[in-house]
Amino acid sequence: MDELSLITCMRCGTCLATCPTYRETYLESGSPRGRVALLRKVLEGELEQSERLLGFLALCLDCQACATACPSGVNAGSLVAEFFGERTAAQGLGGMERLILRHLLPHPDRLEAATTPLRLYQRVGLQRLVRRMGFLKLFPPIIERMDGLLPSLPSRPLRQTIDEVTPPQGTERGTVGFFLGCVMSLVFAEASRASIQLLSALGYRVITPREQVCCGAPNMLAGDLEGLRGEARRNLSVFGQLQVDYIVTDCGGCGAELKRYGHHLDHLPEAEAFSAKVRDISQLLAQHTDELGTMLQPLPVTVTWHDACHIAHCQGIRREPRELLRLIPGLELREMADADACCGSGGDYNLRQPEMADRVLARKLESIATTGADVVVTGNPGCLLQLRQGLAKGLPQTRVQHLTELLAASLTGQPPG
Amino acid sequence: MEPTFIDTLRGIVGPDHTLSDRESLALYGYDSTPELEARPAVVLLPGHRDEIIRVMELCHGAGVSVTPRGSGTNLSGGSLSAGGVVIQTSRMNRILELDEENLTATVEPGVITSTLHREVERRGLFYPPDPGSMNISTLGGNVAENSGGLRGLKYGVTADYVMGLETVLADGSLLTTGGKAVKDVAGYTTTPLLVSSEGTLGLFTAITVKLIPKPRTKATMLAHFTTMEEAALTVSAIIAAKVIPATLEFLDQVTIRCVEAYAHVGLPLDVAAVLLIEVDGHPAVVAEEAAAVEAICRGHRASLFQTAATPEEALNLATARRTALSALARVKPTTILEDATVPRSCIAPMLQAIQDAADRHRVTIGTFGHAGDGNLHPTCLTDERDQDEIRRAHAAFTEIFEAAIALGGTITGEHGVGLAKKKYLPRLVGETGIRIMRGIKAAFDPQGTLNPGKIF
Repeated sequence: MDELSLITCMRCGTCLATCPTYRETYLESGSPRGRVALLRKVLEGELEQSERLLGFLALCLDCQACATACPSGVNAGSLVAEFFGERTAAQGLGGMERLILRHLLPHPDRLEAATTPLRLYQRVGLQRLVRRMGFLKLFPPIIERMDGLLPSLPSRPLRQTIDEVTPPQGTERGTVGFFLGCVMSLVFAEASRASIQLLSALGYRVITPREQVCCGAPNMLAGDLEGLRGEARRNLSVFGQLQVDYIVTDCGGCGAELKRYGHHLDHLPEAEAFSAKVRDISQLLAQHTDELGTMLQPLPVTVTWHDACHIAHCQGIRREPRELLRLIPGLELREMADADACCGSGGDYNLRQPEMADRVLARKLESIATTGADVVVTGNPGCLLQLRQGLAKGLPQTRVQHLTELLAASLTGQPPG
Repeated sequence: MEPTFIDTLRGIVGPDHTLSDRESLALYGYDSTPELEARPAVVLLPGHRDEIIRVMELCHGAGVSVTPRGSGTNLSGGSLSAGGVVIQTSRMNRILELDEENLTATVEPGVITSTLHREVERRGLFYPPDPGSMNISTLGGNVAENSGGLRGLKYGVTADYVMGLETVLADGSLLTTGGKAVKDVAGYTTTPLLVSSEGTLGLFTAITVKLIPKPRTKATMLAHFTTMEEAALTVSAIIAAKVIPATLEFLDQVTIRCVEAYAHVGLPLDVAAVLLIEVDGHPAVVAEEAAAVEAICRGHRASLFQTAATPEEALNLATARRTALSALARVKPTTILEDATVPRSCIAPMLQAIQDAADRHRVTIGTFGHAGDGNLHPTCLTDERDQDEIRRAHAAFTEIFEAAIALGGTITGEHGVGLAKKKYLPRLVGETGIRIMRGIKAAFDPQGTLNPGKIF
């Protein structure tokens, strides 16, 4: 635990205003300032790691809105994550965690094979039958929540179907290494296909290496720093062999993690160089607004932008996606209140803390509803999953889409599906 | 405290809103004040006035102390309790009424200051007090501390807007003072006495504040100066020219260098002071006043003068001021922010006194603040692990407060006395001042159960 960060907190309370869990609880224990104080008291031996204390800390979404707000540069979300990381390192991973984090995530083939039954389950109509019978209610609530989150999956993951090299259209501008997020590839393949299409249309040669592995964010969530480092080294070696100008991802969570490889690998020069090349798709596209402006066709649609925590708070990207949306002729962008407030997805938070996740989601849905937008646009798969199921229940006339899906729809003049 | 007593309180406020576990209580041991900690016995988050009345009656009968708390952002230790009951008002956060005919708002104590701003501004109205913590501070806390903010020079502070209060006293009796009538001379004017009472006289359950029409437009300007004297003379000259800016903020050289190191906003390092000036009101008046401010700044050899043409540019010009505290807070782990205040004509000698005290005690103090109303924020950058330096910082601040008093100013312009400034108060108000304050306290709370140990 970083003592200096803990004592740097001056307890001004600025973070309370933007913390989603403080807004719901009004409790100091549900606030970033309170979490830093708890960690400090643990470090100083004043408090023990009691069940209650761990429960308070586990309520943190790690959305890092507090880090954006903090005048002193303290990142309470990260400190809590590190604390759990150190606990895991000391106690070891559980059996199921080990299976997923060490034996599935680092091996995309296995991960994809493991999700095949899910695809089948949906395809043969079992899902409808099971849902209608309320069969899932027999299982722990977590299974039902997981099922509720799942949209219909593409027939095959994008990693298996995308060409390893997508040639540029028109004059070649440069080469991009495309980082495929696990969830993007497995669930939102069409959005990532759209990202690659946009890059190619702008003159980039897009290399999507099939040997790339998970960014390591799930390991970080589970406190498995060792697993994360293994995956980081693998990705360094895969992308290190390519001559690319940028490493681009359309997954906010992956982008945030890839940009921290330098930090995770003790500032290894190759890792720093890798991280320096990483761009969220919106950052690279926004460098070419002039060209895009001439290419985009009208889309008469009203949208609102949801700032994913991993994009706005972790990467500081807010301007670029809005600029891109405004390029689409006929599109109206309406800002929602607290656009950068978490939607409650938070990695596996939705499954770990269902009650709080629902309350945070409800507040987000209220902000969305007030705008009257037809489409909520965002750039992170966790938010896509969370908002999709939230909207289906609460605002069925509103859809959620990835930024690049909407841009690609405008590029081809096809209204979004 | 007896567990059965806590159970009785729990019965009144509800188990979900009663905290008595070790971990939670540890988190109510602090507010935003550096170095102070105390542990309450129980924390209550009531949802209704009647719950507060019953809790106060019960505590009064049992001789148990009660300390009110909003969001815990005060800088005087005023919301800390040693062994007593803390009442956090956050759940009582309804705006009860916006009266557009009388231009008043009536709110519960837990309403967040910036929420009230947003709601009244949507209707073309304006509630000016804007303390630095306004995005999380509560109106109840603002009234108890008489919070100031950036707009104090032209628009005054919280006290200038509180028209009426509903207050629960220490024994549970309900006191209603003031109201929506602009004129009211029936007996002692009690409302202003309750404003800035720091939770020692009563707990507010409803607050009626005055609203004014929202200024139609504003102009934002930034000026650099190579000497502190020129900047201070500029401030005096602007006021002497009968221009009252809504905002007249300044940064000193230590702060400027920290801001530049942190935010890279392009501040030249030979700049000794930066002034951020905003005039607001009717467009014709704003244009005239902005021209006057520009002429005065240029006449005082401003090394750079900029006027914002768009709201985005205005935000950019305000960047240095907005990041001042962040920039200072990142230099060293511990940041001690004070609020010594002097008549505005004494800003230059006060800044000199701050610099001398910092030099004498070998500590780094950056100063920024509200130049227009003489409210300065000398901010000491230190490290709580270095006990020697902390001692020197306190020695420097003691001299700074003495200098403020000597210049006809005060030890605290907007943070309050609480625990942190208790020892300096007698020097400012004298024995008679303390005697009168004690008398007022005794009239409201003869047993002394309400927020004991604060102010004097």
